[in-house]
Amino acid sequence: MTEAPLLSVEDVTVNLPTPRGNLRAVDHVDLTVGAGRTLGVVGESGCGKTMLSRAILQLLPKKAKLSGRVMFDGQDLLQLSPEKLRKLRGRSLAVVFQDPMTSLNPVLTIGTQLIETLQEHLELDMAAATRRSVELLAAVGIPAPEQRLMQYPHQLSGGMRQRVAIAIALSCEPKLLIADEPTTALDVTIQAQILDLLAREQRRRHMAMVLITHDLGVVAGRTDEVAVMYAGRVVERAPTPALFKKMRMPYTEALLAALPKIDAAPHTPLPAISGRPPDPTRPLKGCSFSPRCRYAAGQCHTEKPGLAEAESPAHLYACFHPIEAGAGISA
Amino acid sequence: MLTFVARRLLYLVPVLIAVSLLTFLIASLLPGDLAYTILGDQATPEKVAALRADMGLDQPIWVRYFGWLGNIMQGDFGRSFRTGQTVLQAVTERLPISLELMFLAQIAALAIGVPLAIICAARSGGPFDRFMTGTAFGMLSVPTFLSAILLIYLFAVELRWLPATGYVPFSEDPARNLRFMVLPALTLALAEWPGIMRVLRSDMIATLQEDYIALAKAKGLKASRILFVHALKPSSLTLVTITGINIGRLIGGAVIVETVFALPGIGRLLVGAITTRDLIILQGVVLLVGAGFVLLNFIVDMLYAMLDPRIRHGHA
Repeated sequence: MTEAPLLSVEDVTVNLPTPRGNLRAVDHVDLTVGAGRTLGVVGESGCGKTMLSRAILQLLPKKAKLSGRVMFDGQDLLQLSPEKLRKLRGRSLAVVFQDPMTSLNPVLTIGTQLIETLQEHLELDMAAATRRSVELLAAVGIPAPEQRLMQYPHQLSGGMRQRVAIAIALSCEPKLLIADEPTTALDVTIQAQILDLLAREQRRRHMAMVLITHDLGVVAGRTDEVAVMYAGRVVERAPTPALFKKMRMPYTEALLAALPKIDAAPHTPLPAISGRPPDPTRPLKGCSFSPRCRYAAGQCHTEKPGLAEAESPAHLYACFHPIEAGAGISA
Repeated sequence: MLTFVARRLLYLVPVLIAVSLLTFLIASLLPGDLAYTILGDQATPEKVAALRADMGLDQPIWVRYFGWLGNIMQGDFGRSFRTGQTVLQAVTERLPISLELMFLAQIAALAIGVPLAIICAARSGGPFDRFMTGTAFGMLSVPTFLSAILLIYLFAVELRWLPATGYVPFSEDPARNLRFMVLPALTLALAEWPGIMRVLRSDMIATLQEDYIALAKAKGLKASRILFVHALKPSSLTLVTITGINIGRLIGGAVIVETVFALPGIGRLLVGAITTRDLIILQGVVLLVGAGFVLLNFIVDMLYAMLDPRIRHGHA
């Protein structure tokens, strides 16, 4: 990669003060996303994915302390004035939240919520903004878009609401879309439709996308690169095909093994990852995954492995006892 | 929407019947005989008995209740035995004064409470928020008779800007009417704004935690639009409730303020009726005020539906 990436997260750490002590939600994370590329961020609940996305958007809770740099389109988002940041958000940096039941304002019509974004950033008059809203709703697969503009969120199904949220995110042709678990709150039958819609619009608009999910199956085939997070850190990062060909980090392997397989015999027990992620207010001395890792040995409990290169510079992992090439479970 | 309104209107019927029944019972159960009150202690038993028969007081209570209710249905609320004025005359004469006072007081209270609540919620936990929350708490504990006297002392006695007591009808001289109204309205507003501020502030703080506010920020909307369009409307349901209750309470409840400032409103009419044992006026006025209160809460219900489309569509 010769030119500077569109988004580069450099050494970002997020600390949250809690009554139980300091909580390190994100721990020295480095990530890059090139223009028009897609990055999948995968990890269990509570591993810091959402905090990372909020850190990129500068929407962290007031009390959170953020260090590091978030470079977006040549600007350091942490140094931007609130006014410049506001002009950037919604315009070139857009987001789709997890739950469309709560992310749309219940007392405003779909039309208002779409049009206000268009008018804020694109200086369109009412008629032009309305026309464009109808086009956007049609583009995300909403039938009868003219009528939808007059409706309120509660009159739409969950899947339809998420389509509206995506239409809002796409409205100003952003350069980067952050999709924070966009399908977690939806019916399984709708999930694939929404993911395909996101992938299609991403390619069509040549927009970069960060797809955050707890489901390795979601990022396979839909992203260029995958970063696996655990306990606030990136523990493995690789181009998507390389990761699924030979994953090195035992946590990635365990995540993949925990996915139900369509070809498995009936009543096969699911190899869930036993135990829970470590308490983020009580960081471990060694590797955060060591208490749950079946490969863990002495060194794993006393020292934290750094993110090191595997055979290619693009494939990084943080493990003392990586899975040998070819030993991983095939995807 | 139309069926929603019709359904709510239907709910009013049993409530109004209950209000009339309670009003009548309370007035009837007061100790003492109305006939003796009218005729005086010196009256002969024969004259008292004659008057009782004439007024129907010798009838069983439920016969009297339905008689009274029947007259009301025909628009006859009764007549004061002291002044000869009908209840409707007395009320229509005084109601504009109480309504004006209540209206001005609510406007002033909202004008103070709402902006302060929004600023406090936007900067919750900050020094301004802490100062205002403390002030509101202090103001909540000041009784109206005290703030009325303090305001009179400051603006009427020391500064001599405004008259202390008195009243001129609005139709006669609007400017002088308003000058007489400023202090009583302000007294009531001082008691009302802390409640308004505290309720709206806490609802706003809760709303500002919602996902849709985070999304509004992520959409790059201006802070003012987020506060006034995205946060204020969904936060104002409780505010509308307490405003409705306050207004209803003020129609007949501004007794102290009307007395201190010598305003001839409904509150003074009630006090007068009680001290002279004018039961006809008393039960008529209480019924009308009660009906007004019920009607106002019906309007509040309608406002909910305007504020929240989910109520309008019967989802909530």
